[in-house]
Amino acid sequence: MSSPTRAEVCVVACAEAWRGDGEIVASPMGTIPTIGARLARATFEPDLLLSDGEALYVAGTWPVGEPAPGPVEGWVPYRAVFDLAWGGKRHVMMGPGQIDRYGNSNISAIGDFARPTRQLLGVRGAPGNTVNHPTSYWVPRHRDRTFVPRVDMVSGVGYDSAAKAGPAASRFLELRRVVTNLAVLDFGTPDHAMRLVSVHPGVTVAEVAANTGFQLAIDGDVSETRLPTAAELRLIREVIDPHGARYGEVPQAHE
Amino acid sequence: MTEDEVVAGLRSGMTIGIGGWGSRRKPMSLVRAILRSDLRDLTVVSYGGPDVGLLCAAGRIKRLVYGFVSLDSVPLEPHFQAARQSGAIEVTEYDEGMLQWALYAASLRLPFLPTRAGLGSDVVRVNPQLRTVVSPYDDGEELLAVPALPLDAALIHLNRADVTGNAQFLGPDPYFDDLFATAATQVYASCERIVPTAELAAVGGFGSLRIHRWMVDGVVEAPRGAHFTSCAPDYARDEAFQRAYVRAAKDAGTWREFVATYLGGSEADYQRAVAAGRPRPDSPAEQAFAATYLGGSAADHRAVPASAGTAAEAEPA
Repeated sequence: MSSPTRAEVCVVACAEAWRGDGEIVASPMGTIPTIGARLARATFEPDLLLSDGEALYVAGTWPVGEPAPGPVEGWVPYRAVFDLAWGGKRHVMMGPGQIDRYGNSNISAIGDFARPTRQLLGVRGAPGNTVNHPTSYWVPRHRDRTFVPRVDMVSGVGYDSAAKAGPAASRFLELRRVVTNLAVLDFGTPDHAMRLVSVHPGVTVAEVAANTGFQLAIDGDVSETRLPTAAELRLIREVIDPHGARYGEVPQAHE
Repeated sequence: MTEDEVVAGLRSGMTIGIGGWGSRRKPMSLVRAILRSDLRDLTVVSYGGPDVGLLCAAGRIKRLVYGFVSLDSVPLEPHFQAARQSGAIEVTEYDEGMLQWALYAASLRLPFLPTRAGLGSDVVRVNPQLRTVVSPYDDGEELLAVPALPLDAALIHLNRADVTGNAQFLGPDPYFDDLFATAATQVYASCERIVPTAELAAVGGFGSLRIHRWMVDGVVEAPRGAHFTSCAPDYARDEAFQRAYVRAAKDAGTWREFVATYLGGSEADYQRAVAAGRPRPDSPAEQAFAATYLGGSAADHRAVPASAGTAAEAEPA
């Protein structure tokens, strides 16, 4: 089998976000997180629940972009998703337009909210998700336009904003990890500032720092993101993403 | 009722809730009827899709209350983006669960409902009218108090209804149509087909009977009334048409042409113009949706005849 590509390293780094979560709902947004969540369930986290992207929980492992063959495990219309989120039995991985040092994220609008230079989706469920259950982020292109000193519109709540808002906002806030095309980061510092955990093979710490618009916490030696195992590579290439949808987010030309 | 009769009962300046979600089961024929009317200065409440886009493009919205506006398979709604970026509309942007709570509070005639959602986010900063409430119990938690959002009118689209207003969803998700209905003073339901009451439970199972006649003031039979949004299991989203809509929105000239082609006449004219468009191969997303929710390919369920036409040019998926 050929050596792992950057996209495949990213898939595994996303899958690792759900390690240890047990019987909760994994909600990946984006292609590589979706492959990662299915990989996690097919290997080390078998109790995860996954939705078909519409309104059903489905068992099994199936290719991205194709209908889930099932079996259907349950019915989860949108209102059940909010109940689930606010009850905490969920770990979402969202794709921010901007993210900052303390994990505030923006999917709403770039620029002044009153008259944005670029209107995005709106805050969606990001405020409720972040203050109620574990949240991770996936950034397919790590650059300083995304990793900004301060996001323009706090959609997903970061540690500093939650602290300012009080105990009810901080009580269930848990930002697990940020996976990018270059690195894995977390908030495991005393003040919850973003920390560089590992760089993907072929990436330098300097490269990550240069593409981050704020000072990253870097303590000691930064490790290298683990490679996919042979079994994981086979699952990614033959079962979950046989058509290479992962390269739509992290192109092979990037290698 | 007809769509135009529904809209004749609405007034400029009203707060109008629109059911569905994104580009899914939207009461589009009722929205098109608003475009034919002279209603303006509306406060529109929506889990937004092309309903919001079309009303923005026509300048009918004064204020929009929303958690997001998206076309699903096309993430960003072009007319909504343009309206926001030009400052043409006032907005109340909520977490999408807060919006549910606002409608639910109105439905229950409560002044507010408490939640964590929104705390610590800029939703609180950009909506300075929001207040918090301290739990009167020992925990003493300070939560966000989402104010009730009563609607003057709600517009929803269902798969089936009877003449008295019992209405049924047959697709995967009721969305929040029942909350829009119970939060509103006047409620109008369009549907794919009006059927005898006895047929409702025979087709869908009791859980699909979500909209009850006490909620509904008028029923409109509107076959393909949700077009171009999805209305499973009756039809999938018309992805090709949606792409043409997005392309047309990019430029004032092409948008005028789109309006002239599709939105210049009656609902029947619209459906004829759409049918004249030539069908294209389904995208993988449409096929996936169709296989799961429609029990076949999307093309099988398309009412569009395979006649040649030029309404919307083809584009690779």
